Amino acid sequence: MATTTAPSSAHRAEAPASAKHRPDKNYRRKQRWGWLFVAPFALVFATFLILPLVFAFRMSLFTSTLATGNKFVGAENYVKAFTDPIFLQGLGTVAKFALIMIPAQMVVALVAALVLDNLATWASKFSRLMIFIPYAVPVVIGALMWGFLYSPRFGPASSIFGLFGAAAPDFLAQDSIFGSLVNIVTWQWAGYYMIIIYAALRGIDPGIYEAAVLDGATDRQIALRIKVPMISSSLVMVVIFALIGTLQFFTEPQVLRAVAQGAIPTSYTPNMYAFSLAFSYSQFNYASAISFALGIVVFVFSFFFLFLTRKQSGLK
Amino acid sequence: MALVTDTPQQQDGGRKVRGAGSRNRARNGGPRIGSHIFLLILVIYFITPIWWLTVASTKDTAGLFSGSGGPLWFDDEFHFFSNLQGLFERQDGIYWRWLGNSFLYAISGGVGATILAVLAGYGFAKYNFRGRAAFFGILLGAVMVPLTALVIPTFVLLSSVGLVNTVWAVILPSLLSPFGVYLMRVFAQEAVPDELLDAARIDGAGEIRTFFQIALPLLRPAIVTVLLLSVVGTWNNFFLPLAVLSDPLLLPVTVGLNGWQALSNAGSGGEALWNLITTGAFISIIPLIIAFLSLQKYWQGGLSLGSLK
Repeated sequence: MATTTAPSSAHRAEAPASAKHRPDKNYRRKQRWGWLFVAPFALVFATFLILPLVFAFRMSLFTSTLATGNKFVGAENYVKAFTDPIFLQGLGTVAKFALIMIPAQMVVALVAALVLDNLATWASKFSRLMIFIPYAVPVVIGALMWGFLYSPRFGPASSIFGLFGAAAPDFLAQDSIFGSLVNIVTWQWAGYYMIIIYAALRGIDPGIYEAAVLDGATDRQIALRIKVPMISSSLVMVVIFALIGTLQFFTEPQVLRAVAQGAIPTSYTPNMYAFSLAFSYSQFNYASAISFALGIVVFVFSFFFLFLTRKQSGLK
Repeated sequence: MALVTDTPQQQDGGRKVRGAGSRNRARNGGPRIGSHIFLLILVIYFITPIWWLTVASTKDTAGLFSGSGGPLWFDDEFHFFSNLQGLFERQDGIYWRWLGNSFLYAISGGVGATILAVLAGYGFAKYNFRGRAAFFGILLGAVMVPLTALVIPTFVLLSSVGLVNTVWAVILPSLLSPFGVYLMRVFAQEAVPDELLDAARIDGAGEIRTFFQIALPLLRPAIVTVLLLSVVGTWNNFFLPLAVLSDPLLLPVTVGLNGWQALSNAGSGGEALWNLITTGAFISIIPLIIAFLSLQKYWQGGLSLGSLK
């Protein structure tokens, strides 16, 4: 699908130096093995990524009604999507989540990683594992657990707040559900991001700090002025993961919906909206358009973010 | 590593701890109480829900509502085994079927995705074939395609070939892991030297034998990482099976338990299920926690791979 037809002279120019002395024909033949290694993946890639994308795009250009059957409508579904208040509201919701949730996760993960990097006790090793453990819990189970913990019937909130003589807030009410979801996601993912950041910190040559230590830099200065800039490419990667995950928010609100009666509508996020359009109302064409529109939004945002941070990430 | 107490004598380099820890502590001359308190708070936050689940799995439904020990402590009565029995009895033990399905999907999807990623990552890293740059560019873009945006089109596609509501509807899409290929390529570039491959070729080994005998052993840390990531990805998957499966006997445990929870909340005679949900959830998180704890040597380093330049 993606074969470029470069002239063979250009191709030879790209060849690594080690192959220079060998006959070109032999070298070329050997390089073809690359396609054999890549072929099985390429097949899956074409079938389950390219094909659904093309298919979804094609579907999104049609409408299907009982009366007229499949009818080509061009960009009409997209016009409808980007003027659909429900879809736009969903986009607004995930944008709000991205603005609050990503910094929350990043702060927890980064501070924990920096603290852990400065310690070498068994307690810090143990803490590192415990902070990571929620990543091993399926998102559905995590959301179920928090649903129980939030619930006034099962949860410990009323007894904990009771200690201070206060009434427990209703975590599942309409105006607190946002914060409750932020908490679930932070709990689930901060440990994973912490491990990535921590591994990057461990990769820094400690000799680099020596000069700063001699100049009398404090730990905090070393952390903020040396460590954080040095791991910026890892930080960019983590933010991209978090951004892609947040914009396609689905599982947690979908699971909590059953517990938080009325606080989460079926169209809370764009993905939930597309899901209910497809499977509750059988509007597959419009649902495809919504999915595709969401994909475009995610893609644009990720690239925009990568562009803004191209210096930090070292990507071209 | 096992020493907790800090004494000034440790400045003399008696410990072999790498990194900033020993050096900083030597400078400050004491254990870092503030840091440890901070960590303690974090650990309590991250572990409380799992502790709650562990405790809850030993209670019956009445105990969950109003146990003698409160939500975060054990009851006087221990109901874990009767809950287990309940899981065997409910709908003829459908829970264990779900758990088995989860294993089937996670292992076949995870192993398959890893094999494809190893082959492709090695191919991208070590062969300069035509179209390599273009294909890899597309692949990098694909890492950014939200996979859930593919669920509905994949559903329509699979239903047009009659694969919806079969195990293949979950396993086949799970084989796709562009990020795994990316990780594997980055790792193979660093870990498999060209000279070694050339030496094997000069000794007469074919490309396939070179791959299996030279490259594969060197790729092991990345293989474990990609395998764990893709097994976890499939095990956690919710949107895809929710969309493509409707037969209760084919559901993975995540979708199945979510169904029980929705049923119980709807109050349609499902109150008795709460204890089964907590016990089922508890059992379902054990395998992955054990896998992560026992394989930490591999993934702790491996997870940073993606950010290497």
